[in-house]
Amino acid sequence: MTPIFDLNLLLTGTYHDWLVAGLITSLSLTGISLALALPLAIVIALIRLSPVKLLQWSGFAFVEAIRNVPLLAHLLFWYFGAPELLPTALREWLYARNVEATSAIIALTLYTAAYMSEDVRSGIRSIPGQQFEAARALGFSFVASMRLVVLPQALRVTIPPLISQTLNLWKDTSIATVIGVAELMYQAAKVESATFRSFEAFAFASVCYLGMSLLITGAAGWYQGRFPVRTA
Amino acid sequence: MIELIDTYWLYFLVGQYPHGPLGGLALTLILAVLGLLFAFPLGLVFGIARVSPWRSVRWPVTALIQVVRGTPLLMVVFWAYFFLPSLTGQNTDQFWTMLTALVVFDAAYLAEIIRAGIQGIGKGQTESARSLGFSYLDAMRLVILPQVVRNMLPSLVNQFVATIKETSLGYIIGLTEVSFIATQINTQVLTRPAEVYLLLGLTYFILCFGLSRLAFWLERHLQQRTMAKAHA
Repeated sequence: MTPIFDLNLLLTGTYHDWLVAGLITSLSLTGISLALALPLAIVIALIRLSPVKLLQWSGFAFVEAIRNVPLLAHLLFWYFGAPELLPTALREWLYARNVEATSAIIALTLYTAAYMSEDVRSGIRSIPGQQFEAARALGFSFVASMRLVVLPQALRVTIPPLISQTLNLWKDTSIATVIGVAELMYQAAKVESATFRSFEAFAFASVCYLGMSLLITGAAGWYQGRFPVRTA
Repeated sequence: MIELIDTYWLYFLVGQYPHGPLGGLALTLILAVLGLLFAFPLGLVFGIARVSPWRSVRWPVTALIQVVRGTPLLMVVFWAYFFLPSLTGQNTDQFWTMLTALVVFDAAYLAEIIRAGIQGIGKGQTESARSLGFSYLDAMRLVILPQVVRNMLPSLVNQFVATIKETSLGYIIGLTEVSFIATQINTQVLTRPAEVYLLLGLTYFILCFGLSRLAFWLERHLQQRTMAKAHA
């Protein structure tokens, strides 16, 4: 007679290892994509705020093209479509490695960067223009005034929305299951089909997603308490 | 690419209809419209409950919303997929599974938009309505909500864009919406995955970008109207 909720299944043994491996993959996907998306987002935000019209437009086009297409379609394109466009040698090199995870990281990074760049941009715009003008008048270049005067102030305003984008990134990693990345959702479904204990498998995944989400939300709250936005 | 569109455009738009079930882009749109339509009243109830003066109403709804918002949509879809049948006692097809998941998920997000809208109206309005003898619910229904709903029109359009993007997850449970059909086309053609998925992305883009421009326009239009009123 098996219990209604078999906790042991989750705490020890093969299935436990599968699920934990999935959790680690999900966390790595989040970490790597975040590390790549942040600098990319700052560059895109700066491009959109640059004085050159052509750059502004290409930044706008990039952000809108990515945000208006579901992540699932991005993943399908990067996994099934994009490798076909590569030269054969490079494609074979890629297929010999972890092509699923690579495609997922590319898609997640671009998707997250597009959203984050909008937060960074509005953060920068919240800093009064006089600050930038004063920096320029003192002889700083465009890049130097951004880097030394505007960005340090803008970042403080931007971090709370960036944390909530990180939360979205964490939840979005679940969609990578579509292209067969062995992340948490994939592993939960695998345990489900191996044991028919769907309740346990999905409860584990849900608790992990929810727990991590609460941690991230908590981090945002802590940051806002610790570093409140100073108004000049 | 022209050839591809020429052969498959009808399949892409409506799936196997009229010789089989309706699918493709038409199904995506129907799912998104119904999802938002059913989610709105539920979101309204949740949103009002979220700011209710009674703790026994406020707390459980707040907890429910936090749980849904901390969970990936895919997780909600999986729960619906595996547990709706045992809950309702009959087999639920993919369409109703996906619709249920979308309604629950979107209602939680709409509730937060509505809550922010109610809190943005200001306490003075509720207080004056109450002092004029309206009950709490009448003050909500006749004074606060009409203003909230008008102000949230742009957010509603944006939520519709989000819902269209969310329907793509139906792919995972085998619902024949447009991403699934694109994959079917890809397996039939086999040699041109990049083009197939670019067309899929383009389809979503045209739809979602058009709608998000509409939201942008609505927002500006409403702002101008409010400003014109303030000057009058």
